Amino acid sequence: MNAIARGLKVSTAILALTAGIAAAQDVEVLHWWTAGGEAAALNVLKEDLAAQGIGWEDMPVAGGGGEQAMTVLRARVTSGNSPTAVQMLGFDITDWAREGALANLNPVAEENGWEPVVPDAIKAFSKYDGEWIAAPVNVHSTNWVWANADVLEENGIEQPETWDEFVTAMETLQEAGITPLAHGGQPWQDATLFDAVVLSTGGGDFYKAALIDLDPEALNSDTMVEAFERMATLRGFVDDNFSGRDWNLASAMVINGEAGFQMMGDWAKGEFLGAGMTEGEDFLCFRFPGTQGSVTFNADQFAMFDQGGEVSPQQAAFAQAVMSPEFQVAFNVVKGSVPARTDVSDEEFGACGKKGMADLAQAAADGTLYGSMAHGYAVPASVKNAIFDVVTAHFNGEFDAQTAAEELATAVEIAQ
Amino acid sequence: MNAARHRPDRLTRLQSLVPGLMLAPSAALVLLFVYGFILFTIYLSFTDSRILPSYDWIGLENYSKLFRLSHWTTAVVNLGVFAALYMAFSTAIGLMLAIFLDQKIRGEGVLRPIYLYPMALSFIVTGTAWKWFLDPGIGLEHTMHLWGWESFRFGWIKDRDFAIYTVVIAAVWQTSGFVMAMFLAGLRGIDGEILKAAQMDGANSWNLYRRIILPQLRPAFLSAFVILAHLAVKSYDLVIALTGGGPGRATELPATFMYSYTFSRNQMGIGAASAVIMLMTIAAIMVPYLYAELREKKA
Amino acid sequence: MTVEGASRTGHAARALIYLVLLLFALFYLLPFGIMVINSLKPLSEITGGNMMALPRTWTLEPWRAAWSTAQIGVSPTGLAPYFWNSIKMAVPAVALSTIFGAVNGYVLTKWRFRGDTLIFGLMLFSCFIPFQIVLIPMARSLGILGLAGTTPGLVLVHFVYGIGFTTLYFRNYYAAFPTELVRAAMIDGAGFFRIFWRILLPSSGPIIAVSVIWQITNIWNDFLFGTSFADFDSQPVTVALNNLVNSSTGVKEYNVHFAGAIYAALPTLLVYVVAGRYFVRGLMSGSVKG
Repeated sequence: MNAIARGLKVSTAILALTAGIAAAQDVEVLHWWTAGGEAAALNVLKEDLAAQGIGWEDMPVAGGGGEQAMTVLRARVTSGNSPTAVQMLGFDITDWAREGALANLNPVAEENGWEPVVPDAIKAFSKYDGEWIAAPVNVHSTNWVWANADVLEENGIEQPETWDEFVTAMETLQEAGITPLAHGGQPWQDATLFDAVVLSTGGGDFYKAALIDLDPEALNSDTMVEAFERMATLRGFVDDNFSGRDWNLASAMVINGEAGFQMMGDWAKGEFLGAGMTEGEDFLCFRFPGTQGSVTFNADQFAMFDQGGEVSPQQAAFAQAVMSPEFQVAFNVVKGSVPARTDVSDEEFGACGKKGMADLAQAAADGTLYGSMAHGYAVPASVKNAIFDVVTAHFNGEFDAQTAAEELATAVEIAQ
Repeated sequence: MNAARHRPDRLTRLQSLVPGLMLAPSAALVLLFVYGFILFTIYLSFTDSRILPSYDWIGLENYSKLFRLSHWTTAVVNLGVFAALYMAFSTAIGLMLAIFLDQKIRGEGVLRPIYLYPMALSFIVTGTAWKWFLDPGIGLEHTMHLWGWESFRFGWIKDRDFAIYTVVIAAVWQTSGFVMAMFLAGLRGIDGEILKAAQMDGANSWNLYRRIILPQLRPAFLSAFVILAHLAVKSYDLVIALTGGGPGRATELPATFMYSYTFSRNQMGIGAASAVIMLMTIAAIMVPYLYAELREKKA
Repeated sequence: MTVEGASRTGHAARALIYLVLLLFALFYLLPFGIMVINSLKPLSEITGGNMMALPRTWTLEPWRAAWSTAQIGVSPTGLAPYFWNSIKMAVPAVALSTIFGAVNGYVLTKWRFRGDTLIFGLMLFSCFIPFQIVLIPMARSLGILGLAGTTPGLVLVHFVYGIGFTTLYFRNYYAAFPTELVRAAMIDGAGFFRIFWRILLPSSGPIIAVSVIWQITNIWNDFLFGTSFADFDSQPVTVALNNLVNSSTGVKEYNVHFAGAIYAALPTLLVYVVAGRYFVRGLMSGSVKG
């Protein structure tokens, strides 16, 4: 009976179906860069492949920062019609690799020398069991604060370096009748804030113990209680209409001078540049106070679906193109993120981009580059969402800090 | 065929098979793609399926986990509140508009499509507009303030305790016009003779409606009930577009819960368990209703 | 019917009725109005100001962009090419589910047999299945049938999950149709199809309108099936619209989004406005009379 059950295991059946589906010359790419500049940036890759005679079948699916695309991916794989290459994040890559669905990219990686140029923390996801299974495109760092330079100057505020200075600065803004912190109340945004607060409150080791290793003692600790108290403090600096607001509308508040700061990943930069502001002059970018020297990251990667035991020539060409320094620069200048390779020139990047690249290289060397919990690079999806539940409930006033820390430990335990 | 013509008894037998044969494809498809899949889901709810279906039996564990999640309780309570208010208001507004429109109204031809059109739009289309309208910072409240009504407050969508009512408002907006059409059709279908007779007996308008017209609308009420109930249970796009389940998780419904566990959280087993509970609840309400309804028609 | 007493109701009452009707018209039009107004503004006016206000600068640029130049995936094609995909999917699916619904309704009312009520009950209950639970098993089934990622696959899916409702409509309609006529025809020796074709179908216009309107609304607006079961070359317009409006970390051009949303809704809107009259007539002549 057991043998039959094992024989029926869907994953195997799927793999059998997947084999031999690949179209002869084209690559079908599932991704969620579906509109505006980021989609246009991907076109660089398309043209690069076209020059090599490889057609691009575009399969964009937007929604929920890739969640919708992952649902579609599951339907596609289950139906035995998996796409050639798929944009993926963090633990999704690991989960699919565990199902044995991803192609081994080792030959391409060796030939092109990926090993020394990609930071270890990212390689932890690009590789599974010693095999390269994904090609990282970019690194977003998520612990940035964006500020309106004029607003800060008018209120005599220096760029804050510590938590206390940050609080003082926000108090000053509040007294001046300006919303100190522009924030959108969506679970992932609350969690992005939480990542930075935990890192700032407890330092890198605590962040790792609590949000990556899920140590129950760290999750329900005094430090965690303090982190939740700081979240409550931040809540006091957010306007009343925050809930449900899209992150880019929060950016607009900073751009229009209605708010002083926004805590958001580097994709926010595009909004500021799009509004005709200059980085480093009209708007400032700096690390969340207390997290200088550390970087929490989110990296988009492309994984190749196994289409018959080995990586096809088209897939190899695709992976190689993704990792080429030219594409990494061209794409990331538009996208706001920084290249996943740490060996490319920062010449074409603006002030914030240059700083981001330097920070990344430094954090990678110091071992202070951490996966972002909010963006699926610290814990699997089930745990991530369980943490979201607690963080969001606390931020909306459902729990006090003490209860939140206890709930956090319980929720993580149930989800594991 | 030729052979059959010579033997009429076989032709008759063949004839008598035709209706069944015509119904068979639909019935088979529904059996397989609806009931087969329901069985499959029930099976999954007893397994440790996570990212993809797995066949490792774990008994009732998913159900016990499900009922430990406060989040699920919220979703179920929300559905109760939402479905009750949504169905009540859609029916009441639909009936009222139908009765009013039935008073020889000038411009009925213009008003009717205006009431009906929201049903034609999906919430991918109207979600953002609703979200803005309900947002106190940029929508109705803000506009009222600009017009000088400073004390006007309408911030339900931002309030944990009231956000679910904004979902009701948008849902009623979408379907009440449709319900209106059903009642209007019902009203227009009532035999004029009965009404004349009643009026001769001296019944006033109010009594006419209460005693004679509303009881005659019973079939319309029943159709409205089926359609509204199925829309209420399936409401998903609406919540995603309007509140994303927030503030916090305050407007989560079973449909959004199930989707999020099955797909976003990679806990397909728990998602399947929640789907089974949902289906059982629907069955508990619908089966007696369908039974009574179909029995009666037979008689 | 119209209550004869209507003329007796006072002027005040009639004024009140008109007022209520107009207020509701306003309520129904509001979200659409917000969409239209904002689709005619430059983006800076939207993010920088009052979203409910009329445009200061009127522009048609967002409409042009949404139709033909907006970036959807890697290609700047706008929504235009996706319309064709939607039409290829919706037309056969609507036609098939309506035809089969009609035949089913006919069999279930005029050719009763043991267990027909049970079959109808099962079909009706199938309307209540939440679509999210069928995604994975359906994907597998389409794979086995060789229809994964194709338009025929989508047609099949919409057909299967629409059949419950169309059967309900036609069954209720035909239930009110005089059975004596069918009996008489049978005695005259008319067969199953002849009776359907000659006797029932000619008077089915209104209910066909209801079924078609209902199905088109559901199928054209469907997102879940479209996104899960379509391939790169068969994505319907709702999926493209979602790609346009829900891009995760890109700049959000709300004016273009609204223009795109109105485009995507135009076919169904048109059906409602043009065929709305038949719709009420169709409901009237059967489905709500039971």
